[in-house]
Amino acid sequence: MLITAFWSLNGFTGNVTHQLTGANFHQIASGSYPAIIGRTVLLAALVTVTDAIIAFPFAYVMARVATQRAQRLLLVAVLLPLWASYLAKIYAWISILERGGALNWTFQHLGLPSPNLGFTNGAMWLTFSYIWLPYMIVPLFGALERIPGSLLDASSDLGASSWWTFRHVIVPLALPGLVAGSIFTFSLTLGDYVTPLLVGGANSTLIGNAIYQNLLDGGNLPLAAALSTVPIAIMVAYLLVAKRFGAFESL
Amino acid sequence: MKRRLLARGGLWLWVWAVLAFLFGPIITIVIFSFDRSNIETLPIRSWTLSWYQVAWHDEQVRQAFVLSIKAACAATVLALLLGSLAAFGVHRARFFGRDTVSLLLVLPIALPGIITGVALNSTFQWAGISLSIWTIIIGHTTFCIVVVYNNVVARLRRTSATLFEASADLGASTSQTFRFVTLPLIATALVSGGLLAFALSFDEVIVTTFTAGAQNTLPIWIFGAIRLGQQLPEVNVVVTAVVVLMLIPIIIAARLTGRDTFSSSSTRAPTN
Repeated sequence: MLITAFWSLNGFTGNVTHQLTGANFHQIASGSYPAIIGRTVLLAALVTVTDAIIAFPFAYVMARVATQRAQRLLLVAVLLPLWASYLAKIYAWISILERGGALNWTFQHLGLPSPNLGFTNGAMWLTFSYIWLPYMIVPLFGALERIPGSLLDASSDLGASSWWTFRHVIVPLALPGLVAGSIFTFSLTLGDYVTPLLVGGANSTLIGNAIYQNLLDGGNLPLAAALSTVPIAIMVAYLLVAKRFGAFESL
Repeated sequence: MKRRLLARGGLWLWVWAVLAFLFGPIITIVIFSFDRSNIETLPIRSWTLSWYQVAWHDEQVRQAFVLSIKAACAATVLALLLGSLAAFGVHRARFFGRDTVSLLLVLPIALPGIITGVALNSTFQWAGISLSIWTIIIGHTTFCIVVVYNNVVARLRRTSATLFEASADLGASTSQTFRFVTLPLIATALVSGGLLAFALSFDEVIVTTFTAGAQNTLPIWIFGAIRLGQQLPEVNVVVTAVVVLMLIPIIIAARLTGRDTFSSSSTRAPTN
């Protein structure tokens, strides 16, 4: 695997240095690209935070509250959607969010105004949060499950309230899992172009779309490659920070 | 005590809400695949299987399906070979530079799929290789290897090295040890890794877009149809079929290895 990874990356950098002038990066730093990059990073961060909030109580129940049997069932319940077809999940959200879709229909029947989320950045946020949620739950569950029960007992024996135990014992010990999950949610959002293309609207161009358009529609390989260095640089920086939190053990 | 009970109830409520969030959308498309109407409108007025018939007889869908199966089979075989070799290598050389190795292994997993796609595409262009089924297979192999690797490494970590030493002490040759000790021990890990790799390849869009050229795999066909907004009732059917087809290898894999298969979530990360 290492050989393949390096072979492709080497070919890639070799190709870039071959044709790279400052002009490509200059182009990235001007025009619409900074806005696109900013939007992508913001969305990736938003999705990561959303997933962390949704996943934490769920993973906590899985790891510490549920019986063995319930735990196994919950794990299957998380893994089945994880392995369900990616396009199926996107398509599902298109049909839920579009004008005549299930969401508007439900809201209408409840007598509420239609949210009309279809083909907006909000739709993109929702779809991304949905698709990547299991990637957050699984490592978080792993980290929470590994916390020895004796530590929690010790904390309460020493007179800590459940909130104090949660805040000062559980959260710090779950942090590596949280960071590991965030690597997925962040990185996967960063490089995706399918969801914005299908679910997003006019203002939903992400870095992935810019790369895709330049390479496949515009045939501008050098610019696409130069654009690709942006997510790589962001992810390398992110991984270096993540390593500090001991996230790799939880991957 | 009362507060505790309340907190517990709240947690379980949350769990049920998340489960509804996870399964609702998938159930929605399955239901819509039986809708007779051309356009999805609620409530559904009449039910039919006719879109299944239409999809079954669609020549484009058939060709895309066959290509997907071919590519997935080839990528799985290659990934089994290379992935298990990598696993043996890393498992044995675990003591030196382990941190670096782990970072190097994580990096390609954590990099977005589009990077792999662009890298492969530019490599192929640079080397003058025209895009064909072989470039799809190479592209898929790169991420399938990770799945096999993860599965085999997890199994090797759990098997004690003394078994191999015992085999050698009892006079078995290296190849005998491999054939009679190592292989049976990792067999289920290999099978489940292979099945997961197959499922992964069968569903892949992003890397495929950059390596497929003019050909359609099934996901590429779905992507195109959704993007153009054409044949949407058929898309419903095809997408439902893909979900069901993918479940089969996944369930078998899970049965074979239990939690081992999924102990690391990175299993599924490299694609999308």
